[in-house]
Amino acid sequence: MSENKAVSIPAQSTGPRLAGSGETLLKVTGLQKHFPIKKGLLQRQVGAVHAVDGIDFEVKAGETLGVVGESGCGKSTMGRLITRLLEPTGGKVEFEGRDITHLGVGAMRPLRRDVQMIFQDPYSSLNPRHTIGTIVGAPFKLQGVEPKGGVKKEVQRLLSVVGLNPEHYNRYPHEFSGGQRQRIGIARALALNPKLVVADEPVSALDVSIQAQVVNLLDDLQQELGLTYVIIAHDLSVVRHVSDRIAVMYLGKIVELADRESLYKAPMHPYTKALMSAVPIPDPRRKNEKSERILLQGDVPSPISPPSGCRFHTRCWKATEICKTTEPPLLELRPGQQVACHHPENFEDQAPQDTVLLTVAKRAAELVADEVLAESAQTSAAVAAERRTGETDAEGSTETVAEEPSAASGSDESASDPEK
Amino acid sequence: MLAYLIRRLFAAAVMLAVIIMVVFCIFFLVPKWAGVDVATSFVGKQADPAAVEAVRQKLGLGDPIYQQVWAFFKGIFAGRTYAGGGDVTHCAAPCFGYSFRSEQAVWPVLTDRFPVTLGLALGAAVLWLVFGVAAGVLSALKRGSLWDRGAMVVALAGVSLPIYFTGLLSLAVFAFGLKWIDAQYVPLDESFTGWFGGMILPWITLAFLYAAMYARITRANMLEILGEDYIRTARAKGLGEPVVIGKHAMRSTMTPILTMLGMDLGALIGGAILTETTFSLPGLGQAVLNGIKNQDLPIILGVTLITSLAVLIANLVVDVLYAVIDPRVRLS
Amino acid sequence: MTELSKSGAVVGEPVAASPSPTAFLEVRDLKVHFPTDDGLVKSVDGLSFKLEKGKTLGIVGESGSGKSVTSLGIMGLHTAGQYGKRKAQISGEIWLDGTELLSADPDHVRKLRGREMAMIFQDPLSALHPYFTIGHQIVEAYRIHHKVDKKTAKRRAVEMLDRVGIPQPDKRVDNYPHEFSGGMRQRAMIAMSLVNNPELLIADEPTTALDVTVQAQILDLIRDLQKEFGSAVIVITHDLGVVAELADDILVMYGGRCIERGPAEKVFYEPRHPYTWGLLGSMPRLDRDQQERLIPVKGSPPSLINIPSGCAFNPRCTYADLPKDNVTRTVRPELTEVGSQHWAACHMTQEQRERIWTEEIAPKL
Repeated sequence: MSENKAVSIPAQSTGPRLAGSGETLLKVTGLQKHFPIKKGLLQRQVGAVHAVDGIDFEVKAGETLGVVGESGCGKSTMGRLITRLLEPTGGKVEFEGRDITHLGVGAMRPLRRDVQMIFQDPYSSLNPRHTIGTIVGAPFKLQGVEPKGGVKKEVQRLLSVVGLNPEHYNRYPHEFSGGQRQRIGIARALALNPKLVVADEPVSALDVSIQAQVVNLLDDLQQELGLTYVIIAHDLSVVRHVSDRIAVMYLGKIVELADRESLYKAPMHPYTKALMSAVPIPDPRRKNEKSERILLQGDVPSPISPPSGCRFHTRCWKATEICKTTEPPLLELRPGQQVACHHPENFEDQAPQDTVLLTVAKRAAELVADEVLAESAQTSAAVAAERRTGETDAEGSTETVAEEPSAASGSDESASDPEK
Repeated sequence: MLAYLIRRLFAAAVMLAVIIMVVFCIFFLVPKWAGVDVATSFVGKQADPAAVEAVRQKLGLGDPIYQQVWAFFKGIFAGRTYAGGGDVTHCAAPCFGYSFRSEQAVWPVLTDRFPVTLGLALGAAVLWLVFGVAAGVLSALKRGSLWDRGAMVVALAGVSLPIYFTGLLSLAVFAFGLKWIDAQYVPLDESFTGWFGGMILPWITLAFLYAAMYARITRANMLEILGEDYIRTARAKGLGEPVVIGKHAMRSTMTPILTMLGMDLGALIGGAILTETTFSLPGLGQAVLNGIKNQDLPIILGVTLITSLAVLIANLVVDVLYAVIDPRVRLS
Repeated sequence: MTELSKSGAVVGEPVAASPSPTAFLEVRDLKVHFPTDDGLVKSVDGLSFKLEKGKTLGIVGESGSGKSVTSLGIMGLHTAGQYGKRKAQISGEIWLDGTELLSADPDHVRKLRGREMAMIFQDPLSALHPYFTIGHQIVEAYRIHHKVDKKTAKRRAVEMLDRVGIPQPDKRVDNYPHEFSGGMRQRAMIAMSLVNNPELLIADEPTTALDVTVQAQILDLIRDLQKEFGSAVIVITHDLGVVAELADDILVMYGGRCIERGPAEKVFYEPRHPYTWGLLGSMPRLDRDQQERLIPVKGSPPSLINIPSGCAFNPRCTYADLPKDNVTRTVRPELTEVGSQHWAACHMTQEQRERIWTEEIAPKL
């Protein structure tokens, strides 16, 4: 790691940011959103898309929670639920201790100041007929707020905060490039000095070089303004870069929720592991080392009729009977690492009695290199053994795996340096 | 596919019943609210109160509206006998009402005139489809060229010039000026050539208007489709332009056109009033025009119902065709 | 330009105006310009490269760098969808297996499309015709180039679907594209493009529209198929991870030109152009320890109508003032050899670039 003059966030590279230690800003319990599917003349409900199907998490003031998952996992719906752009079907959303689950439009209005959203597509989220000044100044008008020194001055200040020329106040969105438009969206979100910013794929529509600009901007703004972010993205490397804690979603559920280091160094849920190993690594020397990659079979099943038990069991190479019948709860197996899995990776088996693989799992395992399987079994056994001795030691295995060299390579040494 | 069809049919039947009721209500309730006595319109303005009362009784106009609707429905299937004021008039099933103005049942009027209108509409439709779509496709392929601009100017003229203008102009030039054709309507069962000769100018006139619209829509559609990724894929496979355009692009271009065709054809079958009047064709349009002139409510009601029925059937046909063309429709 | 040319037929070498091609695919000074109301869009402005059979070339660039237009130009599809508009202007030479495509009879080129050279597109849902079954579309692709009856062609289609890993291919062959999932659609697209055993396969952002686990499957499939069929492959992408996975050689495009080209390892480990540094620095990486901060390229990609004079990258380049006499803003840099098989177009001296890379850039990545 090297010094970078523009940065004042040395904590970022060494471990989880301390910023996340504040009080709970947002608390979500059992959150659900089912979109009804209606059919026929009478529009009878024949089913529902279980977009978000019972998730729990907290966001602490000052931290960044990253949410990753593939299309159809419900991450975007989740973003719209916590900003109350959608009405939850069930569960509870609390903001600063206040239940906002079913607040009406009027009651939400004061809250809109505190919770803002940034969208993916900088092209379609800005009204082409309005000037930048009008767009960024709109929140003041809607909320009836008169900032110090007038709206115009405040908007120009915001524009310069996000790195745009304040003199472009009177220009229209089409005069800006994609990256600049995303900056406009960010300026608009920041206008009322929100506490929580939910960003849904904030950089995925942008070019690589522009992505980095926006990622850095979000980082700087968090430092300067003490913002709390929920960043939803499909790109695991971007999520790792921006987040303190990360939630991995699969078919409407959180399968793993952990701090960044633990998640990337020693993922526990097989899906997390597969997801991370699937990311193409920009390193040609690794081209021929295919063995580490875990290829999953087929596609994500339909959220209309999600699989029974563990939703990942249809694609998992470790699935046994219990995975098919019993849904694993999201448990904190290690401090700061919650996992919903019967047979977690890098940890002792939660259902060791259940050893017979499902047929789908046998087929899935064929796609996973033998080394990976062996290594994973070894690790689990080692962790289990270490836990048994650790119980008398009262030491726990909290930080054991934090020093692993790479995310995808297993963690055969994880149990061997508990002192670290 | 079959389930889709049954659903569609069922929806159409429900729709038809609703239409009949709504139309009936409009025709019988609105005059009532407006304070106009419907009965007088059946007899004539100078009729004496006794005669009006007799008609009222005979037609059941004094009954509550639901009874009138019921009587009308029953008449469609069972026929209807109007009694009152001393004489009895029988209207055989299917009875769509009885015109006391012209002293005839409505149904035979409709059946007499329907073939004329149908012939006009179908003939014109063939013409406008062929020429409109062809012109549209060519314009799209030669976008910005002289042909494109010319065709679009003609199309604009076609859309904006009223039928009676183009109709009378063509009559003046081809029938009266050049005397190429005898613009006299001859029923089809009398003489095919006579019928054809009589219909050709109405066809062209009517088709001109519609072809213009279809050309514009086809052009816009085609241009959009040609920009689609799957057209590029078709070319990348090595397909020749004729197949790319004729098969891949046309298939997609035709779907919205088909929808339009269904609606237009349905509406035209209800009567092309302007065309029929201009060319003195004894079709439904003329019947309804006469009905309006003479305040002959039963005729107007009958034609309105036929029109709705035609639109419904046309839509049904289009829906089915749509499902045949676009596999995605079948699923939802 | 001439002094750079070498006689050996090596992949990725710049080409001088020698009359006969030495490689399987050889592109020489390709220019594709589109006249518009606002001016001439120079999408590709002088691009040369070579590619041998069995090798994969990765073309990397951002939107508007000309990478997709290059592939369409090779396929002869750059004018597609341009009815009656002012036609695209294309110049240069494209030699495919001894045939020059730009001067060849268009009908001959059409016959090569799909048989000798095939293409996979970014979004398989929009690239497949929604009204025809997958089988119909593959059969059609096969029967253009093979005089066989429908039954034989369908058997071939099923065989291809099976080969690309579609379960129950004999049933799925009669499905419509919307009945396939995203990954299956891309597999079907690949089956369709490979049905005629093409010798050149161009994959334009083949995995951009797919989820990451599906992307891994598709990349794996493309790699396997290349081994099996021994075709030459061009992969066009903005994702450096994808090129690193697939490509033997990498060509980085910026503003319609190649700014760096060389073997994948060289471009990743010893890049010699500031834009390549920028791309590498912009990208958060999963395989390394957490970067403190990304090193983005400032500004935005250039407009292809008003490409900056001199080096197209100069307005965004941190080192634009290093070379003397304002040369970066006046003279367009040509590709110069910076290592074996490795070329870059930059006015800075080799030593300067080596020093900046090793001292300033590499440590931060």
